[in-house]
Amino acid sequence: MKKKTLQRNFKVIANNKVKDNYFKLVLAAAGISSMARPGQFVMIETSSTAFAPLLRRPMSIHSAQKGRIEILYETVGEGSRILTQKRPGEHLNLIGPLGNGFEIADPGDRNSILVAGGMGVAPLLFLAEKLVEHKSKNARVRIRVFIGAKTAGHLLCEKEFKSLGCDVKIATDDGTKGFKGWVTELLEETLSGIATAMPRIYTCGPMSMLESIAGLASEYGMAAYGSFEAHMACGIGACMGCVIRTQDEKRKERNDFVYRRVCKEGPVFQLNQVIWGEE
Amino acid sequence: MKPNLSISIGKLKLKNPVLVASGTFGYGEEFEDFINLKELGAIVTKTITLKPRQGNFPPRTCETPAGMLNSIGLENPGLDVFIKEKVPYLARIGVPLIVSIASEYDPGEFLSVSRRLDKIRAVCAIELNISCPNLKNKKLIAQDPAATYRLVSKVRRVTGKALITKLSPNVTCITDIASAAEKAGSDALSLINTLGGMSIDTRARKPKLASICGGLSGPSIRPVALKMVWEVYQKTELPIIGMGGIIDTPSALEFFIAGASAVAVGTANFVNPGIVPEIIRGLKEYCRGHKINSIKELTGSLRCQD
Ligand SMILES: Cc1cc2nc3c(=O)[nH]c(=O)nc-3n(C[C@H](O)[C@H](O)[C@H](O)COP(=O)(O)OP(=O)(O)OC[C@H]3O[C@@H](n4cnc5c(N)ncnc54)[C@H](O)[C@@H]3O)c2cc1C
Ligand SMILES: Cc1cc2nc3c(=O)[nH]c(=O)nc-3n(C[C@H](O)[C@H](O)[C@H](O)COP(=O)(O)O)c2cc1C
Ligand code: FES
Repeated sequence: MKKKTLQRNFKVIANNKVKDNYFKLVLAAAGISSMARPGQFVMIETSSTAFAPLLRRPMSIHSAQKGRIEILYETVGEGSRILTQKRPGEHLNLIGPLGNGFEIADPGDRNSILVAGGMGVAPLLFLAEKLVEHKSKNARVRIRVFIGAKTAGHLLCEKEFKSLGCDVKIATDDGTKGFKGWVTELLEETLSGIATAMPRIYTCGPMSMLESIAGLASEYGMAAYGSFEAHMACGIGACMGCVIRTQDEKRKERNDFVYRRVCKEGPVFQLNQVIWGEE
Repeated sequence: MKPNLSISIGKLKLKNPVLVASGTFGYGEEFEDFINLKELGAIVTKTITLKPRQGNFPPRTCETPAGMLNSIGLENPGLDVFIKEKVPYLARIGVPLIVSIASEYDPGEFLSVSRRLDKIRAVCAIELNISCPNLKNKKLIAQDPAATYRLVSKVRRVTGKALITKLSPNVTCITDIASAAEKAGSDALSLINTLGGMSIDTRARKPKLASICGGLSGPSIRPVALKMVWEVYQKTELPIIGMGGIIDTPSALEFFIAGASAVAVGTANFVNPGIVPEIIRGLKEYCRGHKINSIKELTGSLRCQD
């Protein structure tokens, strides 16, 4: 039986600061690279021997090419800070690829819209790479990318998306670059201007952003897929810790729902399947 | 020299004494890419209840120093789906299958579930989870010797399978509960379940778990678990399945030396899904190195100064 997920040590090729608190890790991970789909993630062991921190950290696959994978990450706490200390030649223990990933629509004549909030650019760049592969087979495909960031200083991947040939639009909370305001406002402007060809929306970012995109998608009758985050203990579907509330297809009562695991049935969910709550 | 790792728990024979702890190994399938499941001493399933349970609101886990809290709330598909969809896979693995069961309000459900499991050949033993801290009913059966006695003796009457009672560390006197389970006819004891705990996000002044409190597991609880295993070992004759913070071979060895006949690995499966086979190999090496013919010699072999 062929393995769908690997657990192994992989060699660090590079681990450099992109800007401020953002780093890019490149690993020689042929097994993961060849299997990975955009939207999938890996669980990285950040401790070495002392089991501190204890749990692995989930990180999206940012790019997978030529036997390598890339991880774009922000230093948030202990685990991500330890990660910044890994030098080329050292090894990291990874489990991956994990999760379902984005389902790429037929390489047919669809247009795609990618909406990234903050670190949400991480899985979406990999998705754009794959969409572009389809694009070369079908010139009519157009990829629009919307990136939202707190400030110009927090903006990531603009260049990378542009060099793939995507149309990139930017929104910052403080207006230091591009549109001043929420990326969803910018998105709505564009959606109301698109008359034909229903594009698919792919998105990743904060919960509040995903929720407003779910609203916009249903208003404009578009299919939208978002990648979700949850606290994960195992990342492999064993602990039942990472659930979100989703629609129950077999529901009997109005308020029925089912919990689905972000690490296994997700992290990508169709946004109209998700039940948005206060948490 | 080839050390003998086999042990027995009641009439249950295990080729090696390393199990996986309930709730940390799903239903086995989740680990098939990482280890050869045939190597396990036994598989203990996530706790099953008569009816499906949705479990608690998320967030359900958070990390703590050398450990984690969980408040899953026994999410499981219920007995029928378990039998139909999970047992066939588990049976094919060919490793003894121990099914953990629970009930939130009605102890009668333990009996109906046990009766059904008693008829399934692939099920080798039943573990009574009377110690889950993540239920609305905050008073646990495992916190009351009389209630423990009542429940275990009732289940004893409806099943001939090996019966394991899982104890809670959240008690004033663990040996009272252990003795009650022994008198009632339990074949073995599992200890410990998680320790009650909580953690707070100080910026938001909110609990990190939606359920506010949860169960602590991982290396941080190991000293507590070891002490309880040691105490219970001295007080009862029953074989003990020791668990709580086992993460490598030395920590597994501690439990044997304190009095466990077998060990179960829980949270460490999340950290390293390949850990159980590593520990089995490590135990073999230790036995070889210390000229121990059978792992049974290690149980309770603590050398105290006198
Ligand atoms: C599917 C998925 C993909 C992700 N992809 C990326 C990515 O590509 N780049 C990136 O920078 N970050 C990503 N994250 C978030 C990343 O996992 C957290 O930032 C990281 O775990 C923080 O660890 P820490 O030790 O630095 O922080 P701490 O705050 O010290 O971590 C404490 C605990 O909380 C957990 N935690 C903290 N923040 C998050 C979060 N946002 N989501 C889930 N768990 C969290 C940690 O895993 C750890 O168990 C992703 C999360 C998920 C679920
Ligand atoms: C996420 C999680 C879920 C658990 N679910 C169960 C359960 O369903 N039934 C049970 O008896 N114990 C459950 N436990 C407790 C473990 O089986 C074990 O007793 C405890 O975690 C201590 O061992 P450890 O420190 O090795 O994890 C769970 C533990 C964790 C971490
Ligand atoms: S993180 Fe354990 S089930 Fe998803």
